[in-house]
Amino acid sequence: MDKNMFLEIWEYRELLYTLAWRDIKIRYKQSVMGFLWAIFVPMMIVLSGIIIRKAFSILSGKPMTLVDLASVMVKSLPWSFFVNALRFSSNSLIGNQNLVAKIYFPREILPLSAILASLFDFFVAAITLAIILAVAGISVSIYLLWVPYIFLVLLCLVTAFGLLFSCANLFFRDVKYIIEVLLTFGIFFTPVFYEVEMFGDKGKFLLLNPIAVVLESLKDVVVLHKPPDLFWLGYASLFAIISLVISWKIFHEAEFKFAESV
Amino acid sequence: MSEYAIEFNNVWKKFRRGERFDSLRDLIPAMTKRIFSPNSSRPELEKNEFWALKDVSFKVKKGEVLGIIGPNGAGKSTILKAISRIIKPDKGEIITRGRVSALIEVGAGFHPDLTGRENIYLNGAILGMTRKEIDEKFDQIVEFAGLREFIDTPIKRYSSGMQARLGFAVAAHMDPDILLVDEVLSVGDAVFRAKCLNKMKSLIEGNVTVVFVSHNMELIRNLTQKCLLLDVGEVVFYGNTADAIKQYMQVIQRGRTKIKVDEKLYTHYGRIVGLTIYNKKGEKTNQVNCFDPVTIVVDFEIYKEVPSIAIGISFSLPYGVWLANCNTVRDNIYFRPKIGRNKIALKIDSFNLSPGDYDISIRLMVPEWDIALDNHHCCYKILVLGESHSAHVVQLKHDWFCYTS
Repeated sequence: MDKNMFLEIWEYRELLYTLAWRDIKIRYKQSVMGFLWAIFVPMMIVLSGIIIRKAFSILSGKPMTLVDLASVMVKSLPWSFFVNALRFSSNSLIGNQNLVAKIYFPREILPLSAILASLFDFFVAAITLAIILAVAGISVSIYLLWVPYIFLVLLCLVTAFGLLFSCANLFFRDVKYIIEVLLTFGIFFTPVFYEVEMFGDKGKFLLLNPIAVVLESLKDVVVLHKPPDLFWLGYASLFAIISLVISWKIFHEAEFKFAESV
Repeated sequence: MSEYAIEFNNVWKKFRRGERFDSLRDLIPAMTKRIFSPNSSRPELEKNEFWALKDVSFKVKKGEVLGIIGPNGAGKSTILKAISRIIKPDKGEIITRGRVSALIEVGAGFHPDLTGRENIYLNGAILGMTRKEIDEKFDQIVEFAGLREFIDTPIKRYSSGMQARLGFAVAAHMDPDILLVDEVLSVGDAVFRAKCLNKMKSLIEGNVTVVFVSHNMELIRNLTQKCLLLDVGEVVFYGNTADAIKQYMQVIQRGRTKIKVDEKLYTHYGRIVGLTIYNKKGEKTNQVNCFDPVTIVVDFEIYKEVPSIAIGISFSLPYGVWLANCNTVRDNIYFRPKIGRNKIALKIDSFNLSPGDYDISIRLMVPEWDIALDNHHCCYKILVLGESHSAHVVQLKHDWFCYTS
């Protein structure tokens, strides 16, 4: 991986912003609800989480607490960002075939701008969530300072997968279906609606999934006011960095074949 | 700094014919085959592959205008794509010095739901302009496209001509060091085309290095001093434009690029063998002067007896505008051919098309049976020599008389 590559992406940063701006603009143009959509989708996930948690509490006989509710909310939002950004970025090369075939610019710009556009949606929803949590009486603590770092890990993971899937998607159209399946059923393998502790010792296996670590860590620092599990967070960080480097490298190597294979 | 803006050193590029594996099911067998095949060092050309560029070398000086000509599939656009770094050569090296901008596909990246204004910013960014640059040139771009009152309308409501104008306007207003132009001067109406041409000329005078691909020999002759002539991926000729165009005519005339016409032809009754053009001195050529007499001889072969034969010869612009047609039926000429080779000559007293190149099509028919035996659609070229003074196609032979009362 050479320095020039990043320099070049930096030179094209305006294109990155413009493409993200285009995606956001198009998404909300001609829609009655406009920006409410950014909140609506994660809220549907939150609602389904609450129903599942209610079922848990009925079965176990324990009443559902505010902490349970808050934890579902705090985990649903980043999950929804993950799903959106991945779906969107993995289609970014296919969806912009004419650009890929006709004009030169660093191809990384396309998946990155797709992630940036999803990030915008996420922030709209995150502000809403923050207000809800404040109203519900979830207090703040010093541990909130962990949030940017944990989110950065999530961002690296999304970027790694986004880069990899977007270029795989270009060469093999089956990748689209694999991604759809992963994103649809991923929520059952990831502790979004349930907690890792519910599985006792075996919960550790769930944490092999780096997204699970990110979500659990976010819950720890925002809702439970305690530091994240450093071992697992370290594991997830390492996972994120290594996968980012590898997938970026693959993307960069394949880049020159893009124009011929669209 | 080197004096060359573009250098191609022995560039090779291969392309794949037909489908490549688009699904994993196809890839896995191919991968295993590659792993287990003894010479994994990749043979020169695999099955289904062909060279789109074969050992292409040339250099373009800063501020020079290079024309690239050649029949379809010669590799012209591939060269432009390689210069703009969209594709990477398999062998050889390409050096470019300066900011490259391509007028390859104007309006690529336009989004139908965005307004003209938004699309200018989007397209500008895609072409590598900064927001500040676009801000500065925004008014010029809108003025050039002539779309002031529609600028806040989503471009899905634009006509295709309006979109093309907007696309060209954006692309023409960036300040590149190297400009790549691929047959885009044919957008919009005649007025806009003239505007584009002027813009091109002013860019050329502004010390920009230009690489210009076109099938329009008249434009090539007007805009370029040097030309690269390609045929099936190879450089046939590289040198001054006049010689390159002469060679191009020969390449074209070889009939390598015959266009298939969807029509029932009865070639078992007879077929067209070829066409020869004679100038006023009776020399065989395909280059004539404007207003000179021209004789076109069609050579054809008849295999089975037919009541009579009719021939139509049409002249058209390279991009498909029919200009003139000479037809024996309309002129009440019924020629009864004999089995074997026959010739029909068409004599035109004064060939009054403007300097430029024109396609010739021939149709061989049997009027009594209302069938066509053979059709050579745009298979031949005629080149009218001379300085072009205007964009008009037809020259009228004329005189002026002045009177005072």
